[in-house]
Parts: sequence; structure tokens; C-alpha cells
Amino acid sequence: MRSVAETKSALESVGYLADEPAALVSYLAQELGKPVLVEGPAGVGKTELAKAISRATGRELIRLQCYEGLDEAKALYEWNYRKQLLHIQAKSASEDPAAPKKSAELETEIFSEDFILTRPLLKAISNPEPVVLLIDEIDKTDQEFEAMLLEVLSDFQISLPELGRIESRTHPIVVLTSNNSRELTEALKRRCLYLWLDYPELEREMEIVRLHAPELDEDLTRRLVEVISMIRDLDLKKPPSIAESIDWARALLLLGADDIDRETFTQTMSIIVKHRTDIDLVAERVGVRLGSPEPAAQPE
Amino acid sequence: MSLEPGLAPRIARFCEDLRAEGVPVGTSELLDAFAALDSVSWTDAADFREALAATIAKSPEDRRIFDLIFDRYFFRAAEAEAIDRELREDDRYSGGERLDADELREAIQQAIAEGREGDMRDLARLAIAAFGRRGEGSGVVGVDVQRIRRSLELTPTPPSEQQGEEPVIDRDGINRFERHLRRELERALIERTEKLPPSRPLAELDRTLPTSPTQDLASVHRAVTQLKRRLATLGHEQRGRRQHAAVDMRKTMRSSLETGGVPLRLRYKPKRPRRPEIIVLCDVSTSVTSASVFFLSVLHALHDSFRKLRSFVFIERISEVTEVFEDERDFREISRRISREGGVADVSGYTDYGRVWREFATEVADDLHPRSTVIVLGDARTNGREPHAEIFAEVSERAGRTFWLNPEPKLYWNYGDSVMSAYEEHCTAAFECWTTKHLEEFVNVVAGGRSQPES
Repeated sequence: MRSVAETKSALESVGYLADEPAALVSYLAQELGKPVLVEGPAGVGKTELAKAISRATGRELIRLQCYEGLDEAKALYEWNYRKQLLHIQAKSASEDPAAPKKSAELETEIFSEDFILTRPLLKAISNPEPVVLLIDEIDKTDQEFEAMLLEVLSDFQISLPELGRIESRTHPIVVLTSNNSRELTEALKRRCLYLWLDYPELEREMEIVRLHAPELDEDLTRRLVEVISMIRDLDLKKPPSIAESIDWARALLLLGADDIDRETFTQTMSIIVKHRTDIDLVAERVGVRLGSPEPAAQPE
Repeated sequence: MSLEPGLAPRIARFCEDLRAEGVPVGTSELLDAFAALDSVSWTDAADFREALAATIAKSPEDRRIFDLIFDRYFFRAAEAEAIDRELREDDRYSGGERLDADELREAIQQAIAEGREGDMRDLARLAIAAFGRRGEGSGVVGVDVQRIRRSLELTPTPPSEQQGEEPVIDRDGINRFERHLRRELERALIERTEKLPPSRPLAELDRTLPTSPTQDLASVHRAVTQLKRRLATLGHEQRGRRQHAAVDMRKTMRSSLETGGVPLRLRYKPKRPRRPEIIVLCDVSTSVTSASVFFLSVLHALHDSFRKLRSFVFIERISEVTEVFEDERDFREISRRISREGGVADVSGYTDYGRVWREFATEVADDLHPRSTVIVLGDARTNGREPHAEIFAEVSERAGRTFWLNPEPKLYWNYGDSVMSAYEEHCTAAFECWTTKHLEEFVNVVAGGRSQPES
């Protein structure tokens, strides 16, 4: 990927239609070696972007899924204490008690790389091949964890108290995603390139759906995308994501539907709307419109 | 770095402008921007803009300001360059006279409906030629823009008439066209006077753009998310005793390695801050009608963020509405249900704070403890009834912290039947709160720990 246009087509060839900013930022991420912070509502393809970059560049994807209470032991590394214990016991059993083993020697033995359990961050740093590191939903963790990430993100190195500093042998592409459920710290943002992904425009979403469900009739695709954008305008618990638009398109294909009328809609609605209260709301606001020949573009 | 010599200082000055509008641009961002422009062809307008945006603007809010400043700055920079080199476009307004006003209008409507920016710009020039008195307008750009728009009879198509061949134009499209008009007029003005007008800071209105109620709700949600984080981590970690600490097996085993596998020292799980309990009381009487929608949306947002939250609405009496918020998601539905089954639509519809406190004290006060936070949303207007501040004092005594958010500007407190001062002395702090900005201030003060004597 040597230019923005090339990046764009590379991403497209692996099934991800990036818009101008997304392609540019992916290109810059590789070019400048800076992490990318991708924000936007749920289901606009933030995680998918990282996967697409990994496919397009042929790099392995290493994923760190964040959650509340994620700590170093789960994200960075952990000593394999069972193995260490076994090692100590095996040593003391096999050894002649008359020859006292130097404890310092034993210590260097059990605190070596053989006894480390690598977690995603360390794995990404120490990998001999260049990788794509996806840190998913960073906003779910607490600020302390963010602070710990800073060393990894700016210098691509990790300091282990027992082993010293581990520097990355290759430069990973780092993608962080956030649903914007809390404000991330300035320090983290400063180290990242920023990309805001939003629900795509009508035309682009049509292209995306057509890319993944090419057999679907063009008019029907347009209708589907229009209905979806109508639903997204409602105040829902969980608005339908792009992946769900694609699922819906495939379902319509399977059912052999040739139009989205009220009946097909009520039957297949559960694919795009996943909360009881949402289903009621959508049925009430969108379902009734579908029967009429001239549906209004905007719900009141 | 192989940047064009003139470009680096320009971008640095552009960042100055951004800082003046409150976008935090650090030196590292600036360096990133240079590095990005190094690897992106900066002669491509779209790439140039996106590369700058990706490195400089790091939130949707910042991005909006970035776009506004970007347009202003580089437009001005280009014009300044033109003056420097004495470039002029003399025949820019030719051809306008021959145009029929109706044809022009139709062409413009078409361009707006289809969103063709380039055509809009050309047509804006034509329109200025046709109606702009040959570039010698009033001298005030805003006035000229409106005059030309009126002469063109451009108005948004009402929703009821959205059919037939007439292209549909919304307010947005017209705004876009007006922006082109404004820019062309400014350009003409700069050419005529051969100097740049002083650059104005962005109007507050341009920056916040509170266009729809849902957007407003979003900013309320944002402020409340901050509130949540700060309440959750504020001062509670220290309370509680050590005796309930749980042993962390993994860490204990690990540290036992230092002593040859014998667990000499126990390691404990770190103490997680306890989640605060929040009780919110919200006035929904007629005197705060306008504010109560705002308050209900605050409540709504709070419910999204806190699991342990009890909410009450009150007019003459209190009524618990926690369940309504837990069941319903749609905001309109919530306000409907509260007005219908909230049980607060009492006889007179006038607030009776004294009675509210009495009821609150008997029903809820037993559940209060030093970890609970009471937030009151109300205007403290008692309609001349007994305020019973002493009961309120008891309540705030039992609760850890008590905050009062008043939807009236501070100026009106204690005028008429407002008894704010009687309650204020018992609160941890009282705030005026009638915009989301105030709500954010409230969050900041709560977090900063100012006006908080006891913790």
C-alpha cells in the first residue's frame, strides 16, 4: 500500500469499502507508524476496519478485547507460576541435597522467557513478523489501563521488572476502537491519529450491501438501505449496524422476497432490531409506512 | 522534512487559530501533521484536509470546529496571497444581465437539491451578478446575502408539498448555497478594498449548533457520563475497612515463589471503589415546565449510566419513577407515562416543598447513608407554603452529599416565593442549571471537590 488510492483499493479487494478519510488514515497509520484511534457509534465497522487492514497487508491480527477490570496480567504478560512451581519442585527432587543449589541461579532460571505467558500486547510487540494489533473498545477500561498503554503506543516497548525492556522488533499497526462511551485521556489521544466513523451515506451503504449480497436486486437494495436509515433516525436502544443491513439483505435473498412490504418486514425485523422495546417502536413507526405506496422519507 | 517552505509556518498559524477557539493542539500534534503531510500529496485538497484533521482534531466536537476554521483560514490565506500578487478577476460578473431570474432560480434549486457544490458556487456568482448591483452591495456581506436570497425567492419546500417535479430543498441546502454567496461576496469585497477584514472568532452559535432535541439529549448524555465517572471515583475508595479484603490466589502463589513456594505473605485483591448510590428528586410542576423536560432528560441520561439510582418526581407529593425509567427507553414515552401514572398530577398542580420533604423523610430517609448522594432538581418556589427547611436539613444530614440544581438563573433566587437560601445552607452545594453547559460546570465542581467542605 504505497498511496492513499492504493490503500483504498487494497481495502476494497478484501471486502471493506473505506471512504476517503478512512483510507487516508489507514495509509498514514502504516506510513507514520502511529496508532489510530477509531471512534463512532456501534456497528459502523470500526473493528472491521482493523480486520480489513490485517487482510489487506497480509499481517496477522492480534486482538485485545477490553472490558471493565482488564489488568496487566490479562493484557501484557503473566508469569506461568504453575510451571515455575513444577520446575522448582522437579529441581529440588532430582538434586542431591548435599550440593546446595544457588538460589540466584534458580531465580534466573524461572524468570526467563520460558516461563512467561504472553498476552496480546506482549505478543504483538515480540512477534518477529509485523502484525496488526487491535485494541477493541478501549473506552470500556479504566484510566489506569490507558496510562499503561502509553508506553506501548508511543515507543512500542514494554518494561518487565524481571526481564528488562522488550522492544518491538517490527512496527505493528495499532488500531484502537472506542464507542465514545467515555472521554479518553488527552495523553492517549495525543499519541494517536484520529478517525471518526459514522453510519455511511445512503449511496455508500448501498455499495457495501451490494458488495456482500451482490445477487440482491438493485431497487430492493436501495429500498432496504432507505428503510435502515429510517430506523436509525428513531431513538433506539441499539440502532441497526452495517453488518445487520448485510444480514438482512442475505435473509431477503434466502426468502426470495422481491419487495419489502409490511409482511416481509414484520417477519424479518428481528434481524435488524434486537430489543423488545425497539421492536415495538419500529413496528409502530416504520412498519405501518411500508404498506403505503408512497413512503415519506423522514419519520415525523 | 521536505515540506514546502511556506507551508510549515502557515500550518503553525492555522493551529494558533484552532487553539484560540479552544481546540487543544499540542506540539506533538503539530509535528504529526507535518509528518502526515510529508507522506500525503498535499496538493490534493481533500487529502490535505483529512490528513490535517486526522492528526489535529481528535473528537467529533473538535472536528466541527476544525472544519469551520479550516475554511476560514485557508480562504483568507488564499485571498491574502492574491492581494500580495495583485491578482484580480475582472470579468467575474459578466453574463448575469442576460439571465432570466426564473431560469436562474430553477437552476439553483436543481443544484441545491442535487447537492452539486461546484455548480452552486458558479450559480452564486451569477446570482450576485444578477442581483448584487454589480458587486457594489451594501458593504455588509450578511445583508447582501439575505437580499439576494430574497430576490431569488429561495425558501425551503414545506414537507406537505414534497412531490411532483419541483426539486425538494431543505433548510440545509439553502444554508449551503448561502455559504457560497457569502464567500463570493467576501471575495469581491476583499478585491475591491484590497485588504482582509479582521478575522472574527466563531460565534457561539456556530460552534454548538443545537439543532435538534436529540442532539441536545446527546450533550446531556455526555455531561452525565462525565458525572458518572467522577461520582464513581470520588473519595469513596478510602472508606470501609480492611477486614473484608479478599485473598488473591494468583498473586499469593506468585509472591510465594520468592520464598521457595511457601506462601509466607498473603496478597489481597485490590479494593474496588464502591459504587455510589444516587437519589434524584425532580420537580415537574408548572413553574418549571420548560426546565422539567431538560431535567427529565438529565434523569433519563443518569438512568442509563447508574445501576443504583432511585428517582422521584414531585409536585405536591413525591412519587417514585425508578421503574418507569428502567422499563422505557423512548424519552417521549417516559414523559408521557410520568405525567399519566406518575401519581403526581395532584389537585392544585402547585409545588409544596414542605410536604415533599415530609414524605421523603418518612419514605426514603431510612435508606440514606453516608455513601448516598441526593440530587434535587427544582426551583425552590413554594407558592407561599411552609418550606420545612429543617426536615430537608435532616435529610441532607443523613445523606453523604446533597446537591441542588436550580433551573433559574441565580439572579432570580430568593425573589418572590423562592426560598432557595433556606435550602442552600443545608446543601453540599447549589448550582444554577439551565443549559448543558451549566450541567458540565456542575460536574466539574463535583469532581474538583471545591465547595465540598467535608470530603
